[in-house]
Amino acid sequence: MKKLEHLTVISNQPIALDTYEILLEGDLVQQINRPGQFVHIQISEGDYHKLRRPLSIASYNHNKSQMTLIYKVVGDGLNWMSQLSEGDSLNVLGPLGNGFETENLFGEKILVIGGGVGVPPLYALCQHLSEHNDVTAVLGYQSRAQIFYENQFKDVSDTLIATNDGSYGQKGFVTDIITDLNDDFTTYFACGPLEMLSAVQQQLQYLDGYLSIEERMGCGIGACFACVREAHNDKGYVKICQDGPVFHSSEVTL
Amino acid sequence: MNLTVNLGGLTLQNPIMPSSGCFGFGREFSEFYDLNELGAIVIKAATGDKRFGNTTPRVAETPSGMLNAIGLQNPGVDQIIEKELPFLQQFHTPVIANVAGSQLEEYVEVTEKLAAQQVVKAIEINISCPNVQEGGIQFGTDPTLAYDLTEQVKKVCPKPLFVKLSPNVTDITTIAQAVEEAGADGLSMINTLTGMKIDLHTQQPLIANETGGLSGPAIKPIAIRMIHQVRSQTTLPIIGMGGISTTEDIIEFLLAGANAVAVGTANFQNPFVCQNLIDELPETLEKYGFQSLDEVKGAVTS
Repeated sequence: MKKLEHLTVISNQPIALDTYEILLEGDLVQQINRPGQFVHIQISEGDYHKLRRPLSIASYNHNKSQMTLIYKVVGDGLNWMSQLSEGDSLNVLGPLGNGFETENLFGEKILVIGGGVGVPPLYALCQHLSEHNDVTAVLGYQSRAQIFYENQFKDVSDTLIATNDGSYGQKGFVTDIITDLNDDFTTYFACGPLEMLSAVQQQLQYLDGYLSIEERMGCGIGACFACVREAHNDKGYVKICQDGPVFHSSEVTL
Repeated sequence: MNLTVNLGGLTLQNPIMPSSGCFGFGREFSEFYDLNELGAIVIKAATGDKRFGNTTPRVAETPSGMLNAIGLQNPGVDQIIEKELPFLQQFHTPVIANVAGSQLEEYVEVTEKLAAQQVVKAIEINISCPNVQEGGIQFGTDPTLAYDLTEQVKKVCPKPLFVKLSPNVTDITTIAQAVEEAGADGLSMINTLTGMKIDLHTQQPLIANETGGLSGPAIKPIAIRMIHQVRSQTTLPIIGMGGISTTEDIIEFLLAGANAVAVGTANFQNPFVCQNLIDELPETLEKYGFQSLDEVKGAVTS
């Protein structure tokens, strides 16, 4: 069930270049039922910022009623958020979207692919998948300074890193790493910029795949039709916030 | 406090409704509160055939507002009647159906179909959408076209007919006068103002459609001014809209001359906003010395 709640900031700190990790606590966390869901964040009180910011959930803990979000500070809205400190409160709407379906995966060899700000929700995904599956995570960043959560991913997956400038890991894109991997995976999950998702969709079309898509959103609950994408279904489209943000790779046109 | 208002024959239990396009067909918001609490429900614009709308990005935040260029995406009037209206029958709240089109004939056809539905209690015609290539705003910026459209639509609309006016005109009073003379039962004002935002990184417009409709508190003073102008020449009921997010805003709209209000952009920031405003309105009215909505009407700024 979706809730609107002021969550308490437990911590909020930089973990990479322009990248922050915020830990939030509140009852709303109990409603999260899958990795890949997102929350819609109100930027400050008052009238200046009228649109919420959709942020994916990097991890969640029902026992502690806590969740972690990782966000890149772009624009004055998220800059405001980066100034929050312990004990402050944050107006959160969520959880929203359907997340990654992992319930039926057992003993599979799974490829998880992330790029930049698309990496965070894949951490909770890898945590879940790794309980019953063999997971390989391929993560792409612009440069060494932007890398986060390498060790966390290594705890739950075989982790390979690419940087665009070659300052860490393999130089190039996630697709370059995937080319060199043995292709005995049964399923893949991906989240990242559209260009990356599109390239992965092409490269792995022989595999069952799931893509988590990012788009500018209005309401976040399916009412305003801002985050719509063409799709191969009866309606001819999907609403990313409500029908997604995760879609089967054969359903959406990128 | 009695909050009942009468809008050209349509009785509302309170003057607060969500505005068209900001509330879908009600389903999503019904997960948050009981839609029976609303004064009315204004549903998303219907066109003759289904429309996919514009490419994304379709929205962008601006200071105290937002731009949108959805492009009237909707499944078409027949699908709306078949798939969306049945859901709204469970509520006693009157449904106001919004109608858009490219041609006069399309407006007439869609209005006729929707007005025939029992659950639909009034029609609002959108002659002011700034985000489509054809129709929409053209009908709302030329008094002759606005007159003809209103007259033809009214012929097939036995229910109260509201005309949603565009602020993208030099003189909104001439359009208001034209649609009144053509037989409109009420006015909705204002729709969004055409705006644009450029991304400094890409040096391109942020909205894929290049321009979008500006809404939110940023346009409230313009809405207040235009309603005040139009109120001085007409006794038609006016549904006021443009940046409402507090009960103080509502009273300001009523003082300008609106009889009821619609809340748009604020639903995105707070899905409970309409419910909250309905709960809080009596207290705020009392705070400013009003014992009823009629007292506010009597105080309309001249």
